[in-house]
Amino acid sequence: MTEDHELVKQLRDGDESAFAELIDLYGATMLRVAQMYVRDRSTAEEVVQETWLAVLNGIDRFEERSSLKTWLFRILTNRAKTRGERDGRQVPFSSLAGASPEDDEPSVDPDRFLGPDSPFPGAWAAPPVPWPQDKLLERETLGVIEMAIHDLPEAQRQVILLRDVDGWTPMEVSDVLGITDGNQRVLLHRARSKVRSALEEYLDPEVAEGGGQ
Amino acid sequence: MRLFTKEMACQELVELVTAYLDGSLSRRDRRRFEAHIRGCEHCTAYVEQMRLVIQATGRLTEGDLPPAAREDLLAAFRGWSEARAD
Repeated sequence: MTEDHELVKQLRDGDESAFAELIDLYGATMLRVAQMYVRDRSTAEEVVQETWLAVLNGIDRFEERSSLKTWLFRILTNRAKTRGERDGRQVPFSSLAGASPEDDEPSVDPDRFLGPDSPFPGAWAAPPVPWPQDKLLERETLGVIEMAIHDLPEAQRQVILLRDVDGWTPMEVSDVLGITDGNQRVLLHRARSKVRSALEEYLDPEVAEGGGQ
Repeated sequence: MRLFTKEMACQELVELVTAYLDGSLSRRDRRRFEAHIRGCEHCTAYVEQMRLVIQATGRLTEGDLPPAAREDLLAAFRGWSEARAD
């Protein structure tokens, strides 16, 4: 991947291959992120198009105080938000501003732990069993993960895709989505926990059911 | 003298794995987390599963931009750079 500084210079010089590299790198993610703020796919495509034009028109003023990626996605979310609000759309994060780990969404089914009256409250009653490593690399297993991510609530899905598929840092995610560091972590944790459960159900159905009792 | 630190239960630990892996636990909770892991093979297996989930998820890729949308963007770029050259 070309360094930011180099890419910016190439864009200023009108180098189309640099632009192609950027849209191949971020285009699909931008479209997905835009879609959560606006009404439909074609509006999202419009917002992405507008964003790139704003980026190009602003490229001479870009001072590289943030990364090109962060700058790009800030422009994108600002535009998508404005557009979505104008169309009267609810943004999935607005309702999650107060999401906290105490919210009633346990990572693991509470039935798999010993109850408060046992000598070891909160200890595993139906513990996880180590997975066969080679199984994890199979296409079918990846398909299970993909399905599990697909089924997540919107905000959780966005965060796990940005963090674990695209490899964004916690700071990049909270910055671009306009949520706190704590919120992005809660969303990520819920998402990962659900993906883990789905995998366990696939690899180890008896364990997932609470030891088959 | 050591202050008494409450032991972490398995059920509490599973809620903290992402915070642990992100390095965002307080020092105290980090110590409790690590002390628990050392003595609990089930939670060790659980954390390992979470790591495998992250690793496997990392093997997925974003879809590509639809070719037509990509073409539109490249055309917009050419328009921009021509206007700029004038």
